[in-house]
Amino acid sequence: MSQETGEGRGRIARFISKYSRPLTESAFSILIGVIIGSLLVMATGFSPLIFYRGLISGTFRSQRAFLDMLSYLTPLIMTGMSFAVAARANIFNIGAEGQMYLGALAANVVGYLTLPSVIHQVACLGAAFLAGAAWGFIAGVLKSKRGVNEVVSTIMLNWIAYYSVNYVATYKIYDPTSPWKTNSIQDTAILPFVAKGTSLSVSLLLAIAFAVVVFFVLWKTSLGYEIRAVGLASTAAEYGGIKPSRTIAKAMLIAGGCGGLAGGLEVLGRFWFLDNTLQVIRNRGFDGIAVSLVGRNHPIGIILSAVFFSMLDAGAGSVQIYTSGKGPGGLGVPLELGLAVTGIIIIAVAVPGLVHMIGDLIRKRRGS
Amino acid sequence: MMQWEFILRIFLRATFYLSVLRMMVPIALAAIGEVIGERAGVVNIGLEGIIMLGAVFSVYVGHMFLNTWIAILAGLGVGILVGLLHAALTTYLAGDQIIDGVGLNMLAFGLGVVMIAMRWGMYGTTPSLPFDIRVPTFRGLSPFVPFTVIAALAAWFVLEKTSWGLRLKACGEDPVAAEAAGISVFKTRTIATVIGSALTSLAGVFLGIDWLGAYTRDISAGRGFIALALVVFSSWNPVGAVLGGLVFGFFYAFSLSIPSGIVPDQLLYVMPYVVTLLITIAFVARSRPPAAVGRPYKKE
Repeated sequence: MSQETGEGRGRIARFISKYSRPLTESAFSILIGVIIGSLLVMATGFSPLIFYRGLISGTFRSQRAFLDMLSYLTPLIMTGMSFAVAARANIFNIGAEGQMYLGALAANVVGYLTLPSVIHQVACLGAAFLAGAAWGFIAGVLKSKRGVNEVVSTIMLNWIAYYSVNYVATYKIYDPTSPWKTNSIQDTAILPFVAKGTSLSVSLLLAIAFAVVVFFVLWKTSLGYEIRAVGLASTAAEYGGIKPSRTIAKAMLIAGGCGGLAGGLEVLGRFWFLDNTLQVIRNRGFDGIAVSLVGRNHPIGIILSAVFFSMLDAGAGSVQIYTSGKGPGGLGVPLELGLAVTGIIIIAVAVPGLVHMIGDLIRKRRGS
Repeated sequence: MMQWEFILRIFLRATFYLSVLRMMVPIALAAIGEVIGERAGVVNIGLEGIIMLGAVFSVYVGHMFLNTWIAILAGLGVGILVGLLHAALTTYLAGDQIIDGVGLNMLAFGLGVVMIAMRWGMYGTTPSLPFDIRVPTFRGLSPFVPFTVIAALAAWFVLEKTSWGLRLKACGEDPVAAEAAGISVFKTRTIATVIGSALTSLAGVFLGIDWLGAYTRDISAGRGFIALALVVFSSWNPVGAVLGGLVFGFFYAFSLSIPSGIVPDQLLYVMPYVVTLLITIAFVARSRPPAAVGRPYKKE
């Protein structure tokens, strides 16, 4: 059929058929998450409509809210990349959280040096990349040389990173005037804000640029080819002359670097310091798993899905504001509602066949 | 010198060993459950979330009905339901086992906080349960300790000495051959997953209404993941899971017995995770996972 419609239409049809399936599946997962999320709000005694209203107004109530939503794309894109690069090599990297902690610390420490601007930012981000990459590399080597399951190793490495950074922040680089945080970085290391009065900084542009670089590496270089070949069929890749164990270690190095950059960009572009217990960046690494899964481990998909998850985050904040003072003890529905909804979305993502089964069922009903 | 003497004295106290046993219970229960599931071919990295759900539901319902048994049943019930969900999604619908587990962990954490915030108006923790609702202990020893040991022995017996155990393991090693031999792979995997999830939820019940007598948002503190490491450490043997639990419990209890000030707190807190990682590295080479673990089975 498509042969008769000519070259151009054939190409478009192929493009649509290539992307419509993952798009439908991801959209369906989000739909399930949003519906169940509103039911959760209802279960807490509020109108389910509050959830939908929150999702929209959390982002669109003002220009500032919109720009703030955009600013949270930065860590989500980078931790999403961390998951995606590893996932392309068939590694389930849930270590972006720890990689991000170390990247943030490295950027924070290098931020104290006296360097000219631009060079300073590059040095900080380079250190963040290296710190995260080293952390990812450990998990990669443990997997490829010893066969240690990456889910176990990365989770343990997350805790180890947390307490290490917590130690350094508490005892070594704390701010004497307010010991709950570290000393702020030099002005020369700061990534400037794009718009005044918002938290949107140049870091978002850098994150998008890094996403493009990762896209290029994965699909246009031999290293990327190796990573994807090992992910798709490890044994076949080995017959093709690729060493899976080396490739896995390399993939985890890049993945860890992306995770490290998530922390580095947040320090340079938003906070300029870290708090002792890392509340300012906590959980962004785990959010990246969701971002990448819904974005189908693809850089473009990740940027789109990061927009959704950032909106969800802002929406959960709005729901908390709408409901505050009306719940027990004057509390609103807590922000963690967003995390519960994320969990439901991921569970739906785990079963991509579901949407097609429902589609088949509807078609059968109509047919008979 | 004084400090070392102090540390050595820790080992002379009975409370230290009671504390080792208490630390062992939740990670061992979750690990025994996960061994059963993985032997049938289903990985569940949502252990962490199931522990949280078991804990929050038992505490919530415990406060509601002020009855220990109803509280235990509530925690256990949610474990069974989550097991059914995980099994249905990953067997009948051929979903991804790992992804589903990750989603479960996030859902459980979020749901736990929403539940306690909307019931008690606190984001971090619930009020303590009245003392007579909490599981009674005998000279400091919780009944969960013998229960865990019995559960491990029973699981070992069923897996190694009964024909049903053999069939269960067949589903984890070679589901195609198992199906050809007349075993329903989906049904067997579902039962194993539900048993595993139920045991894991009891780990949460233990934390909630026995050990702490309350729910806190960080109640699980990575125990679900330590249990996953324990499964590897034990070479997929439930009795090994208890022994491993004792080793981890020892380090946990030890790190908590050292008073702060001798070494930085962070060094003590990080110890269980470092030990988990090191032991996994040391033991992983000699253990062999079930051949078909983690892979959905698709009927021809």
